[in-house]
Amino acid sequence: MLSQFPWLSLVIWLPIIGGLAVIANGDKHAETTKRLALGIAVAAFVVSLPLWLAFDSGTAAMQFVERADWIPALKIQYYLGVDGISMPLILLTTFITIFVIIAGWEVITYRPSYYMGAFLIMEGIMVGVFSALDAILFYFFWEAMLIPMFIIIGVWGGPNRVYATIKFFLYTFFGSVFMLVALIYMFFQADSFSILDFHALELGMTAQVLIFFAFLVAFAVKVPMFPVHTWLPDAHVEAPTGGSVILAAIMLKIGGYGFLRFSLPITPDASAELDWLIIALSLIAVVYIGFVALVQQDMKKLIAYSSIAHMGFVTLGFFIVFAIVRETGSAQGAAFGMSGGMVQMISHGFISGALFLCVGVLYDRMHTRQIADYGGVINTMPWFGAFAVFFAMANAGLPGTSGFVGEFMVILATFHADFWFALLAATTLILAAAFTLWMVKRVIFGPVGNEHVAALQDLNRREVLNLGALAAATLAIGIWPKPLVDVMEPSIQHLVQQVQVSKLPAAATADAGGATAVALAAARAE
Amino acid sequence: MSFQAIDLFTLLPELVVLITACTVLVVDLYLPADRKDANQLITFAGLVLALLAVGVVGLSFGPEPTLAFGGAFVRDPLSDLLKGAVLVVTLLAFAYSARYMRERNMWVGEFHVLVLFALLGILVMISANGFLTIYLGLELLALCLYALVAFNRDSGAGAEAAMKYFVLGALGSGMLLYGISMIYGATGELGFAPVAQAMSADGAESRILVFGLVFVIIGIAFKFGAVPFHMWIPDVYQGAPAPVALFLSSAPKVAAFAMAVRILVDALAGLGSDWSDILIILSVLSMGIGNVVAIAQSNIKRMLGYSTISHVGFIFLGLLAGTHEGYVAAMFYAVVYALMAAGAFGVLVMLSHQGFEAENLDDLKGLGDRDPWLAAMMTLVMFSMAGVPPLVGFMAKLLVLQAVIDIGLVWLAVVAVVFSIVGAFYYLRVVKMIYFDKPVSDAPVDSTRDARIAVSVNGLSMLVLGMFPAALLSLCEAAFAG
Repeated sequence: MLSQFPWLSLVIWLPIIGGLAVIANGDKHAETTKRLALGIAVAAFVVSLPLWLAFDSGTAAMQFVERADWIPALKIQYYLGVDGISMPLILLTTFITIFVIIAGWEVITYRPSYYMGAFLIMEGIMVGVFSALDAILFYFFWEAMLIPMFIIIGVWGGPNRVYATIKFFLYTFFGSVFMLVALIYMFFQADSFSILDFHALELGMTAQVLIFFAFLVAFAVKVPMFPVHTWLPDAHVEAPTGGSVILAAIMLKIGGYGFLRFSLPITPDASAELDWLIIALSLIAVVYIGFVALVQQDMKKLIAYSSIAHMGFVTLGFFIVFAIVRETGSAQGAAFGMSGGMVQMISHGFISGALFLCVGVLYDRMHTRQIADYGGVINTMPWFGAFAVFFAMANAGLPGTSGFVGEFMVILATFHADFWFALLAATTLILAAAFTLWMVKRVIFGPVGNEHVAALQDLNRREVLNLGALAAATLAIGIWPKPLVDVMEPSIQHLVQQVQVSKLPAAATADAGGATAVALAAARAE
Repeated sequence: MSFQAIDLFTLLPELVVLITACTVLVVDLYLPADRKDANQLITFAGLVLALLAVGVVGLSFGPEPTLAFGGAFVRDPLSDLLKGAVLVVTLLAFAYSARYMRERNMWVGEFHVLVLFALLGILVMISANGFLTIYLGLELLALCLYALVAFNRDSGAGAEAAMKYFVLGALGSGMLLYGISMIYGATGELGFAPVAQAMSADGAESRILVFGLVFVIIGIAFKFGAVPFHMWIPDVYQGAPAPVALFLSSAPKVAAFAMAVRILVDALAGLGSDWSDILIILSVLSMGIGNVVAIAQSNIKRMLGYSTISHVGFIFLGLLAGTHEGYVAAMFYAVVYALMAAGAFGVLVMLSHQGFEAENLDDLKGLGDRDPWLAAMMTLVMFSMAGVPPLVGFMAKLLVLQAVIDIGLVWLAVVAVVFSIVGAFYYLRVVKMIYFDKPVSDAPVDSTRDARIAVSVNGLSMLVLGMFPAALLSLCEAAFAG
């Protein structure tokens, strides 16, 4: 009965309509408006809980499915559903949004109703991205996301916000239009826009490679992967705290989700052929961007680069599957890598969100993000110091925090494929520790740096609540990741099966791509 | 050829517009200078009646085409929808322009009369079923527009623009007429259906026909403003009074679309492979030059002019596909484009006030603070033009891309999306001015009721049509069902 109710629609439209109501309410009664916004965010989280509670983790099939005609003439449907991959991401979205609203409570003085309304609308749209099963509906939400984010960064951002927000918009727009062409092309092959029908579609190698690249551009920009990552540090630095949190915690995950939902199952042969490219780009992200993070002077930029490095882990975990199968002839470790990538995404959502909130706490007090302007913060803000050190440790992958679980799983899986890949990936354990802990050392510890730091006030109740909740989530997943992994398990297994089945038309199995397929088939037979 | 009452009934919308125009012409003579608002009332009433007439005529004849005047005039679902769209856009145009024209002493009956006659020309073009009828409508439209562009008699820029428009427009009409004469020479017919018949009977190989086709397409491209026949657009938009530019950028484009469909699809379908190739070139050039040059504009009227050119390229994408879906997509795009253009110019009209023309990008600065609602509407229009969901501009682009990919021209779709990224930049810049910059003036924004209603309807239609495009789409489908 629980799964008959249109929960997904509710989780999508409640925040969107609520956000419009918040905007309509205006700034005359700012306090009421803020309460309303918070109420809607909490309500959205509450109505997203049934997705988890009534979730059947024994199947890889789509659940909570809603399907209705939207534009019959084009066979476009309002088609929603979740599986073990998208459900945790939806909960992450509704969870994080609450803290974004709280974090903006006092800080945002210019038109707070617009600010909170924009974030609520954003929340609904992002849930829409994760739950859409119709390709055009997906694209609809995917692009619609740009409008509120464009305005959030542009209106409430830092001094260089206009440059950053236009760069952000055009980069992402550029990435996604090619995906649109690919989606339309597949429509004519499948005669349907359903993503699940795309999964079953037979495609020749050339078509697969082109589609693979179209997707790659779209998702790589969003993740972001080296070398199309340059918009992210700019956007992060200029965005208000809430914008940074949403960007890092959720929007980046949409790129990773895209790989799992589109690239891998739709173009498995091209992915198998070109996995070296993704692996190479991921390792560059982990190693090179790790070094780049090391030299940053600006805290937000440092965390932004650290996000890119961590997302490199995610894409590595997703695409290492082919190498594992080639190397060991079995798919045993492959699912492990993918689960690792997923856990890393969720965990990074909490940790990076919390780190940006920490920077926000400092920025609100000192109005600077330069590391050099701080020093010895722990002397005046002991509580804050404790939280900051905890999240920094988590970011560095300390065992017991969620940051460790994902990285460990990915590195372990990578060992099955290639020792050197694993070695390079494992450098992150050193690099991430180096850049985060060095930042912590310079900002938090040491003697009090200057009189501004000496005058700092410790966290207020709201900030403790925010950071405390995220710390609890980070610890929970770090200590006991099983529930999360279990929920994802069937869907990941299904996906691993899917990517091993060649989708080349039967006649074409003789060509280069076919060879891989034959190898994969042989591997399965063992 | 016998004259029957049924013929006149088919013409009901045209008749209503004609009678309204004549009434205004006469009534205006007897109105004292301070009572000119009565013209507006009569015009509104006439347009609403005409809209009703379109509905009544459409419902009473149904989906089958109805011919009148010995086949020179046709009413079909295509004409019903396009006429409806043009009438709605004209209504919006009048609602936007009242205060602007009044403040500049241009609130005289002639304005209404000229716009109404131009509208009549558009309606005739939409329903034309032969080369002569279409030329008749086209010239009626063009002559009124020349006069309208120069409507501000004290404006040097206006006179210059009108002159330029007149010379180039006359050249375009000449080309069209020359092409028509070639086709007439080759087939001996002037009606669309007989031409098509003659062509299929003789086979479509005749060199004269292709020769004529090239000139006809040049004529069409002139009226659309497709590159390389686009030179007049930015100058005319800039020189014309803002309400005239509003009208000029929206309704006549629908007429040009009707003309293209009637001539290319109804009459010259036999030359499909020829005109399709020509349209590919025009389309790529229009999207490219339109979008790239628009970036360099600081005058927003010129920017919108180049934006028009790029949208024309997208409309051609649908037409050149030569398929049912392609025509539907192009029609959807043309109607949506007319609405978007009306909205964008409408906001400019509302921002202008006595002694001040809102025409530079800087004039939009800080609109988000000055007038949040107007700013939101302009933002919707701009994002729609950029083709971002959930706004209707995205649906229009999706449809034409789909049509192009369907016929295997994936490269053309890729070219189109690349140029739409370029285009996104200058639309975003407008949004940036609105929300991210501080106001440079605190002049009050037009708050007349009519204009407010018009801009709200206009802006929200972007969102509503974008989220629920099925109704408009099925109307477009019906237009090409035959």
